Amino acid sequence: MEIMELLSFQNIVFYVVAAAIALCSVLAVTTGKLLRAATYLLFVLFGTAAVFFMLGYTFLGAVQLMVYAGGIIVLYVFSIALTRSDKDMRYKVSKAKLFSVLATTVVGAALVLLLLFTNGFALNAIPLGEELPSREVGLALIGTEKYQFVLPFEVVSVLLLACMIGGILIARKEK
Amino acid sequence: MEIHVIHYLVISTIMMFCGIYGFFTRKNLLALLISVELMLNATNINFAVFNRYLFPGQLEGHFFTLFGIAIAAAETAVAIAIIINVYRNVKQILTDDITDLKG
Repeated sequence: MEIMELLSFQNIVFYVVAAAIALCSVLAVTTGKLLRAATYLLFVLFGTAAVFFMLGYTFLGAVQLMVYAGGIIVLYVFSIALTRSDKDMRYKVSKAKLFSVLATTVVGAALVLLLLFTNGFALNAIPLGEELPSREVGLALIGTEKYQFVLPFEVVSVLLLACMIGGILIARKEK
Repeated sequence: MEIHVIHYLVISTIMMFCGIYGFFTRKNLLALLISVELMLNATNINFAVFNRYLFPGQLEGHFFTLFGIAIAAAETAVAIAIIINVYRNVKQILTDDITDLKG
């Protein structure tokens, strides 16, 4: 009985988070101010981290919180301030373009949702509350055997280094 | 009570198409980048959900999401550097103003 109550509580949390994600992602692309859009994006990222936590991928959720919510959003806020672009963003979009964009989006979303709902997923549920231990994640991340990921890990580190150097080179002031 | 897999996928679909809508309608480069982040996030959720749903014992989708987050961070850093450089040269970061990329 206690377990049932806990799970239904998790259900409630899931649907609240889902509604928040949907609302904030709509607001992030329709709001008029850029700083507000970044804030709504921050809430979407928090919601995504919550979804990862609910799937049991706690390590992934922590990475999402640190890298996205902690790092990328700060980058955004500073670059918004640096480029003085937090003004009114409601530029005129021609009616034909707006219509075609809305048609593309609505038809695309309807198609994807139709495919989802007619696909008939076999197991039809994801078990809640089974955490993936971080020990397993760490071992798979630095192991060299099959289904272990040390090579992609190293490649991503080199990519991050290259991007850091590239970012500094591009953004640097010329003397 | 367990949550149906479709509910996760509906969230990511909404997020994805919000990103697409924003990418088509916005004119500020930073707002475009925010839309791209939304799309990347939706794909990340899908990878994690399908990993959990199809192969709970394995970690491929989990690590794909992890590397996806890392690559999104790298992409954002370079894009913001480029945008700041554009602002320095053109004093605007609207897509209409940077139709020609002269040095």
